[in-house]
Amino acid sequence: MKVLSKPVMKKNEYMDLLRQMLLIRRFEEKAAEMYMRGKIGGFLHLYIGEEAIAVGSISALKPQDYIVSHYREHGHALARGMEPRKVMAELFGRSGGTSKGKGGSMHLFDAERGFLGGYAIVGGMMPIAVGLGLSARHLGNDRVTLCFFGDGAVNEGEFHESLNLAALWNLPVVFLCENNGYGMGSPIQDTFAGTDIFRFAPVYGMNTPGQIDGMDVFEVMNATKEAVDRARKGQGPTFIEAKTYRFRGHSMADPMVYRKKTEEEEWRNKGPIIRLQRHMQELGLLDEAEMQALEAEIDDIINDSVEFADASPVLPHDAIFDDVYA
Amino acid sequence: MAFITYRKAISRVLKETLDNDPRSFMMGEDIGTYEGAYAVTRGFLDKYGPERIKDTPISESVIVGAGIGAAMGGARPIVELMTINFSLLAIDQIVNSAAKLHYMSGGQVTVPLVIRTVSGGGNQLAASHSQSLEGWYAHVPGLIVVAPCTPSDAMGLFRTSYRDPNTVMFIEHSLLYGSKGEVRDDPEFTIPFGKADVKREGQDVTIITYSRMTHVSLGAAEKLAQEGIEAEVVDLRSLRPMDTDAIVDSVKKTSRAVIVEEGWKPMGIGAEVSARIMENALEYLDAPVQRVASLDVPMPYARPLEQSVMPDENRVIEAVHRLF
Repeated sequence: MKVLSKPVMKKNEYMDLLRQMLLIRRFEEKAAEMYMRGKIGGFLHLYIGEEAIAVGSISALKPQDYIVSHYREHGHALARGMEPRKVMAELFGRSGGTSKGKGGSMHLFDAERGFLGGYAIVGGMMPIAVGLGLSARHLGNDRVTLCFFGDGAVNEGEFHESLNLAALWNLPVVFLCENNGYGMGSPIQDTFAGTDIFRFAPVYGMNTPGQIDGMDVFEVMNATKEAVDRARKGQGPTFIEAKTYRFRGHSMADPMVYRKKTEEEEWRNKGPIIRLQRHMQELGLLDEAEMQALEAEIDDIINDSVEFADASPVLPHDAIFDDVYA
Repeated sequence: MAFITYRKAISRVLKETLDNDPRSFMMGEDIGTYEGAYAVTRGFLDKYGPERIKDTPISESVIVGAGIGAAMGGARPIVELMTINFSLLAIDQIVNSAAKLHYMSGGQVTVPLVIRTVSGGGNQLAASHSQSLEGWYAHVPGLIVVAPCTPSDAMGLFRTSYRDPNTVMFIEHSLLYGSKGEVRDDPEFTIPFGKADVKREGQDVTIITYSRMTHVSLGAAEKLAQEGIEAEVVDLRSLRPMDTDAIVDSVKKTSRAVIVEEGWKPMGIGAEVSARIMENALEYLDAPVQRVASLDVPMPYARPLEQSVMPDENRVIEAVHRLF
């Protein structure tokens, strides 16, 4: 984070970024607790540590824009404004959830907000992002599609098929690679023969700011804004690689034997939330009382989401057959 | 009425769609400049231009995935996969995305997408290019799978497929493009999904089939008639949903059933139809259900060997004889 001597935004805009990142952090911590208590089943992939990417990039979108993401997508969903209680209810598998309990943690959707899915097959959202971009072109609207994927997706064929077609057809898509350094338990240097992921962009004739600091919410926001503007002006897709780190395991089932505690500690000190907090304190935009008030406000939201989820019933048995076909 | 080829019928209904719905567009490999591997889209690029007739790279997964995304975004894509063999490169998008997004989103999104592709052997293209894999897709809840065998059925089922809010695998057959039949001029003529068609009536045996094997079965039925056996030929047309009632009604009438398919026998369409007969009409059967399918081998290249692998009229007749 560049050290700035004076604020570049209004105080409430700084507070909003902090609030969103903290909401994601506390939501994920609560989800982990609920998983341990048996309220959440299946896989649970936490976004803790990567909050700056979702919050920074999604703040650059307009309400009509589209988002597709991967299976570590609670953060993107919350940053897009999806209601925490409905997201929590989905994790609980309840009828009050975003997909009425049929999608679960890895498949969050909110069509009204243009949040068109978490995709649990690595790379599977990328061709779909291309298609959403194609629909904007074909129907003559100005919607931009923001596509999140991880470093693991780079080794999938769909990654290359999608980059090529989006660039070939000059589609309004922003590809945002969240490079957290690990595909499940495999470090990227064991699975990727190249050196820098963003170098694929020029191969496909695509714009890129290169690798950006995914722990810096401003850097993510600015890079995404530029990319979204270009896409909206008809200047084609952009490829952003944001370096980040997940503080927790791949999923709750991960014993985390493959990385060193010192490495984790090092990254935690570079965490996106403490960095923004420090930055705001230095600018005189955040004092202890304000921070406590913010924590309390978020605590209320998280507690409400758990209460709502817990009170929401599971769909009745007959509803199993609903929504197989439209 | 007009008497036209299967190719012309599909071409005509595609043009009708492009003319009537500005949201529609087509994309696939070599559908534009090359005018389609089977010449279905001849003249389309000139008439509709490159924004609506999109030649794609040879990237099946993104072809289908982009179709899914475009459909979710409100466009009405018609995707062509050159053959069903190549659909294996897109099977993740078809099975994990197209078939499931409506369900996984709790009904929030729909994927109104038609995927046209070509099934079957008989062109000496050997094992990787001669498969009948429609049963793989018919296995998956969330997909609709149709396989018309006449020009009229192709037009009627295409209109239904295009108008439907779900993803439809529209399976054509490479050896049928030159075959001719009557079609109606009515642009509102549609055929519902899950509605089989009795292509020939008879009271002695039911032959249940679909796609090109319908024509093989009809040929066999004519020969059987000469020896006094009247076969009823039921063309399924839709594999998912499948018209169980039509199958069961015919078997109740004839008490004998032969299932003819071009795919392999194990885990195939015939196995499914046979099970439905067992579940619904066992007590009506006078003999065990017979299945006729391609031999259980990868398709060989040499013409006589290829011809031996695929079901023909003689094998259908032999199967019928086993029932009496």
